[in-house]
Amino acid sequence: MSQTVFAPWNDPDVKPLIQFKNVTKRFGDFIAIDNQSFDIYAQEFFALLGPSGCGKTTMMRMLAGFEKPTEGTILLAGQDIAPIPPNKRAVNMMFQSYALFPHLSVWDNIAFGLKRDRMATDAIAARVEEMLKLTRLEKFAKRKPHQISGGQRQRVALARSLAKAPKLLLLDEPLGALDAKLRQDTQFELMDIQEKTGTTFVIVTHDQEEAMTVASRVAVMDHGRIIQADTPARIYEMPNCVYVADFIGDVTIIEGRATKSGDGYDIAYAEGQPTLRATTDKSFENGQTCHLAIRPEKVTITAERPEGAANAVQGKILDIAYLGNLSTYHVELPTGQIIKSQIANTRRLSRRNFTWEDTVWLSWTETAGVLLEG
Amino acid sequence: MRRFALIAVPYFWLLALFLVPFLIVLKISLSDIALAIPPYTPTLDFSAGWEGFKAFLSALDLENFEFLTTDDLYWKAYLSSLQIAFIATVATLIVGYPIAYGMANAPDHWRPTLMMLVILPFWTSFLIRVYAWVGILSTEGYLNQFLLGIGVISEPLTILNTNTAVYIGIVYTYLPFMILPIYSALERLDASLLEAAEDLGCSRITAFWLVTVPLSKNGIIAGCFLVFIPTIGEFVIPSLLGGSKTLMIGKVLWEEFFNNRDWPVASAVAVILLLILIIPIILFQRNEQKQREADR
Repeated sequence: MSQTVFAPWNDPDVKPLIQFKNVTKRFGDFIAIDNQSFDIYAQEFFALLGPSGCGKTTMMRMLAGFEKPTEGTILLAGQDIAPIPPNKRAVNMMFQSYALFPHLSVWDNIAFGLKRDRMATDAIAARVEEMLKLTRLEKFAKRKPHQISGGQRQRVALARSLAKAPKLLLLDEPLGALDAKLRQDTQFELMDIQEKTGTTFVIVTHDQEEAMTVASRVAVMDHGRIIQADTPARIYEMPNCVYVADFIGDVTIIEGRATKSGDGYDIAYAEGQPTLRATTDKSFENGQTCHLAIRPEKVTITAERPEGAANAVQGKILDIAYLGNLSTYHVELPTGQIIKSQIANTRRLSRRNFTWEDTVWLSWTETAGVLLEG
Repeated sequence: MRRFALIAVPYFWLLALFLVPFLIVLKISLSDIALAIPPYTPTLDFSAGWEGFKAFLSALDLENFEFLTTDDLYWKAYLSSLQIAFIATVATLIVGYPIAYGMANAPDHWRPTLMMLVILPFWTSFLIRVYAWVGILSTEGYLNQFLLGIGVISEPLTILNTNTAVYIGIVYTYLPFMILPIYSALERLDASLLEAAEDLGCSRITAFWLVTVPLSKNGIIAGCFLVFIPTIGEFVIPSLLGGSKTLMIGKVLWEEFFNNRDWPVASAVAVILLLILIIPIILFQRNEQKQREADR
């Protein structure tokens, strides 16, 4: 059974729903968005991910209409949206604080946008019921926002912003106020609802796990620029720079000098140590500074030197982070470099092989590490 | 025991400074006028013992309250006071709401200054401030001079000693009581609610009516009661700025006490005034209670 993969960004014939064209936004001297161009496609779940102050919220507020770009244009379905005020845009937003109207019941909150469109009373009622059902809030329709729980409030906010069937739904840190367990459940619920309604979602978050879980593509932002926008898997496996590799997930970064040899590179990372091996599509000049980024789960830890490993280094266990299902070992090489290795705890704690101060071998394949430019 | 002592202090305070004076006024309202010091009878004679107390009680009657119903001056004064207080409250709301709205939307560093400007008039004597309005509103006053000067009017306006002057005086005096509760309600308003309203299709103006006004409702109600309640019994403003036609119960009360020296009738007027005020005071307290519950 073959299923077509949802990847409109790879198809040159598909017209994007949203196009940012050389968009710059300044607040006084501060550059919030720095000359960005990118596309978002219909039915995508697009995540803007970055630390606070990276410009992701500004990006979203420009889409909602609360900010106007200083330079450049934003097109929604081919139309420049700069002159359209927020109340006339086919875009709805779910606010970080949810911004539920405290004086209105759940029902009236959801009906608020529909009433502004002067829809017929029974059409409004039908739509509200539909939204209540979608978000499983039927029982709470008559309650006021302060009479329901945080998770329910979050769902009311979602229902309210979906009620007008917007072309584009913006979600500003939608799960920030929920506890970890509820957040996980809600992430899947969000994906479910996105699929059911076919609405294009743009989510702003600083939680990389959340972005990776829900999004079809993740844009990693820093200082007003999108550093890399790609599928979660590619962002994780093929980061295009040290910043992205470091920001997403856990990683060991080894700085060295690359020398071409065969179909890969030898990386000299310390005086008098054997070089490391890595293959890459990129090309480096001989002696160019490079960074080798290795995910901890791709590093194997053994007591004896493994046979035939492309990379093998010896070191001493400095620290063990026990995470329950996994343990991360911090191994210090004689050069002072620390390499992280993560293994699944398939055995009980008492039978664990390694402990602090043990001398161990770390090994990984040629393709395990990602070679990045300095 | 300590807890009891702690509650006892405010209760004693209320007893001594509210209930006891009220009982005295109530007692006087049940007495008869007399040419004596104090100018009413009976007075309680402790030396006569139990018999004296019984004689004292039998001398009390409701004559003064009956008298209030025979002369239409009194009920007209009550009605007129209610009417003036109502109109003045609405006027204060119309003037005060935009000011509170402006303050709540002013840049953060301006707010303490604006707040100061609202409170500042309290630091000078109320009487002097009302007197100042005499100078402004009189026929030769600053307002008429100014309007004549710029040629808007050819004849000086008669404002002083009319109800208009009373309204101006009340609005001016009670404005801070209106502004402060509305301001505190508006200041707490989450700006993202207005953005959400806009996002859902409201224009700025509909967002104001559908979000800002309902969410400042408690501030509006509190402000209106804070103006309405003291205005009903207001005496200084109508006597300084009002004319002979301005009928307010506070003025009647004053005249009964100091011109007619009829303490019993004056006390009866005061007791009825208090009964009238109990209704809005209870409504006000309920509003505050609701507000506290909503905040929780």
